[in-house]
Amino acid sequence: MNRDRHVDGRWTAWLFLAPVTIYLLAFYAYPLYRNIELSLREYTVRSFVQGGAPFAGLDNYQKILSDPTFGPALAHTVVFTVASLAFQFGIGMALAVFFHQHFPLSRTLRALFLVPWLLPLIVSASTWSWMLNSDAGVVNAALGTVGVGPVNWLTSPDWALASVIIANVWIGIPFNLVVLYSGLQSIPVALYEAAALDGATGWQRFWRVTFPLLRPVSAITLLLGLIYTLKVFDIIWIMTRGGPTDSSTTFATWSYRLGFGSLLPSFGPGAAVGNLLIVMALTAGLVYIRLQRRQWA
Amino acid sequence: MKRLLKTAVGLALTAVMLFPVYWMVNVSLTRDQDMRADPPHLVPLRGTLEGYRAVLDQQLPYLGTSLLIGLGTVALTVALAAPAGFALAKLRPVGGGAFSFVLLIAQMIPGIIMAMGFYAIYLNLGVLNSVPGLILADSTLAVPFAVLIFTAFMSGIPDELMQAAVIDGAGRLRAFWSVVLPVSRNAVVTVSLFAFLWAWSDFIFASTLDGGGDHQPITLGIYHYIGNNNQQWNAIMATAVVASVPATILLVLAQRYVAAGVTAGAVKD
Repeated sequence: MNRDRHVDGRWTAWLFLAPVTIYLLAFYAYPLYRNIELSLREYTVRSFVQGGAPFAGLDNYQKILSDPTFGPALAHTVVFTVASLAFQFGIGMALAVFFHQHFPLSRTLRALFLVPWLLPLIVSASTWSWMLNSDAGVVNAALGTVGVGPVNWLTSPDWALASVIIANVWIGIPFNLVVLYSGLQSIPVALYEAAALDGATGWQRFWRVTFPLLRPVSAITLLLGLIYTLKVFDIIWIMTRGGPTDSSTTFATWSYRLGFGSLLPSFGPGAAVGNLLIVMALTAGLVYIRLQRRQWA
Repeated sequence: MKRLLKTAVGLALTAVMLFPVYWMVNVSLTRDQDMRADPPHLVPLRGTLEGYRAVLDQQLPYLGTSLLIGLGTVALTVALAAPAGFALAKLRPVGGGAFSFVLLIAQMIPGIIMAMGFYAIYLNLGVLNSVPGLILADSTLAVPFAVLIFTAFMSGIPDELMQAAVIDGAGRLRAFWSVVLPVSRNAVVTVSLFAFLWAWSDFIFASTLDGGGDHQPITLGIYHYIGNNNQQWNAIMATAVVASVPATILLVLAQRYVAAGVTAGAVKD
């Protein structure tokens, strides 16, 4: 009887899971399906509303691959992602090690570091827009005091990508700090004591003890950061709209611009760019899951 | 002495990190004529509340809509995710592992893809520019994460607690409702916190699915404000300050839940 009850329990579990299952099918699977369908058909505004768009096969994909924006968008996506990750992780790691020491106020100050991460992105992005303003921005004013001439952060094609990377790094530091800090907490203190007995300097303790033991946590932090950074849209769109002239366009903003950025939307190509982005995110995601499995095992 | 030196360094680092937040507040209090001062005024000595007056005049309806959307998203997310977490953690269904895997994958889909799919569906259903439509879309940011948090948390609740309830004659629904859910208060707080913040901060769904609605959230309020009016930066920053208030309050009230949520593998959208 006990066993029947157990088997019974395994199936009643699906009653509890039914709402979420229906939800996932309706609000994840179906939008994704519609998105793939969009990318395979020739849509006009009219056929988008009334239906009846002709099947176009891979035309949309061919179109975006031969689009002059494709190369720059790919390059910017890579630069934006790699630079963001490197700085967020490096600074996050340094801060985690620093705050891992015990000193008065360390807990409170560490909590304050979360603020940038919790602010709505539109708030951070508009604040950075004003700080980086060419004429009246505080950043150029500060550079001026050390004798550096004004930089056209958001309006020059040479600096737009750097500007959005700076803002994105600022937003990403708290996440890296918190995750790496929790990783540090799980390293046994005895290891540091042993290293200290062997006469290791602080720098040696970091490279020989902290860094290797933190490798699994670091890998996951970087992969989660990668997945998140590939998706970044708000910051770039609000600060530069991908401009000037595509100089800060990534796949995410390009896809949005094709689909929603003008009065004559091209949903098909927009969806195709989006699907390329999914492939990139999922590839990173599968690596993440593999790593996580290995860690659990 | 060395400890105090570290505190000083820590204070300096925090000051640098939070400078943009300070600057937002400073600009929100700066008078129009001082806005382009060179060098910029570091403190709003002759400040003005003009910007905040503009917020009160123009942005209150947006804030109300955001509050409504945030609370709706929280309710929907908890209602969907708590039973699912209970099932995965305590009833161990056939295919539960695969289900969790799907939830992990779901969090990796970029928002722009979901937005485009939702736009196509909402257009046909006629629910574009509606608050319920936006609540549904925003909940996709939180639901998979919430199920995973509930599962992790509820796995920690001893089986004996539930078995005792079942022996006392309670059904599984009853055991969930009267035993497991009350014990899971921390998980409910963590999930609600993130669901609210993500819905409150959402820009991409708002701009694609509610760009022409009568009821728009505060993120669009700020966005339109920048677009139509790029002179009055004190008003723009005042709106930004007001829009950050929920995040600040939640951080102060629920600091440890925030850290718990991040380390539980949160993927920020």
